[in-house]
Amino acid sequence: MSDVDDDHDDDDHDDRVRQATVGHGPLPDRCEIAIVGGGVVGLSIAYHLAKRGLTDVVVVERGYLAEGASGRNGGGVRQQWATEMNIRLMQDSVELCRRFAVELGVNVWFRQGGYLFLARSAKEVARLEKNIALQNRCGVPTKMIEPSAARDIVPELDLTGIVGASFNASDGILFPWPFLWGYARQAAVMGVKIFTNTAVTGLDPVASGGYTLHTSRGALTARRVINATGAWSPQLAKLVGIDLPTYPIRHEICSSEPLKPFLRPMVCEMASGLYCSQSMRGEIVGGVTIPGHGSTYDMGSTLEFLATYARRLVRLMPVLGDIKVLRQWAGPYDQSPDGNPILGPASPAHPDFFLASGFVGHGFMMAPIIGKLYADWLTGETPHEIFERSSLGRFADGSGARHAKEDFNLG
Amino acid sequence: MAGKIILCRCEDMTLADLVHSVERGYADIEEVKRYTGFGTGPCQGKECLALVATELAKITGKPPATIPPFTARPPLAPTPLKLLARDPGAHRFADETDADE
Repeated sequence: MSDVDDDHDDDDHDDRVRQATVGHGPLPDRCEIAIVGGGVVGLSIAYHLAKRGLTDVVVVERGYLAEGASGRNGGGVRQQWATEMNIRLMQDSVELCRRFAVELGVNVWFRQGGYLFLARSAKEVARLEKNIALQNRCGVPTKMIEPSAARDIVPELDLTGIVGASFNASDGILFPWPFLWGYARQAAVMGVKIFTNTAVTGLDPVASGGYTLHTSRGALTARRVINATGAWSPQLAKLVGIDLPTYPIRHEICSSEPLKPFLRPMVCEMASGLYCSQSMRGEIVGGVTIPGHGSTYDMGSTLEFLATYARRLVRLMPVLGDIKVLRQWAGPYDQSPDGNPILGPASPAHPDFFLASGFVGHGFMMAPIIGKLYADWLTGETPHEIFERSSLGRFADGSGARHAKEDFNLG
Repeated sequence: MAGKIILCRCEDMTLADLVHSVERGYADIEEVKRYTGFGTGPCQGKECLALVATELAKITGKPPATIPPFTARPPLAPTPLKLLARDPGAHRFADETDADE
């Protein structure tokens, strides 16, 4: 899978194209926007800012790019959601994913094989039907289908106990890692500076606006700071005295040996949160949601997960019993109390400290459109309505109750 | 020539790929794993990890002892799902009954 990069063309003599994507030089003294967090959300914002001409941007990442949830997720990209906001945003994100390889010059192995949700009870069917009505109103052609039709799409399914399914053919999957290389590379080529192994240890407000970031690589003063640290967002916000209500929940995942392509859609079972798809590399990638795991930054792996995933998956697709698991790992969901993200300035007292938190396990699929909307706003466009309704203040003043809660964070 | 020297056989990763990764700034062993994909195939690094680390030390000038292996992930060896499915530690969901045994 090597050569995920862009420019092996020896005729290209642009020095900037030849430079390292991730800098090792000194931090600049100041910049217009500092983005903390080298995950997909931060890098998408950086890329889109640069694309709109704002290139005085520095990204600082404590570890390496893709170290957090961005490098640990299943790569699902779906429009089957329960709130109009998420459905519409994901319609745009899918479009951006379709163009990603061409626009950013990197193969992200995006494949639209659809998402198939399987219901084992009338209650689950009712939930899917309610969501589908909303999705159809937004123009997403999701259909409720009979179990036999689900087996037409995935012949390996054991339909015992399956009473209905929803399917949307334009949902898909991608391979997460190269997505980050693409954003980072093109952002760097346009002038964004990206520093890994650079921890932020302090944030001091500057009287004239902005903050001085104290980092393991020196100090950097930024006119605006964006907290894109995912599940670690509360820790960074704490440095300016802000309490975020998000918390990390560990989700485990695993990958199998590569197989010849046979599985078209992402398959999800509502009763267990089981999901699995076949990546363009041939591996079966999937997980299951074991309830009751508390808030933790522990990213260790458990046999309980692997056994539960295997039990549910083999029950659903018995033919998979003989395939071998190669690797399991875990990543954190950045859990928000109402299932919706937290965006925009942190508070009236901190108008230059911006949040990009609380994506509850779907930050990766949201990142293309969120990064674009964020950059549009920070470069002078009228903010998209998501920013107003996603303020941190909604939890204190109750305004969040006006908006639908997203409850379809399956898998 | 470096493009013909294979370091990771599972994922066809070459010495040239390693050099390219380091040039891009992805020089930590965990970054190299993700940028090139080495060590993510059936052997999970058992055959290639030491070789890549040795070459990485040469390219970066770091003492080999300062390059740790990437995080080892379970299971120890490729394991069939049907064996794992029989583990008594599996969580039981509300829709499962004894009839599923």
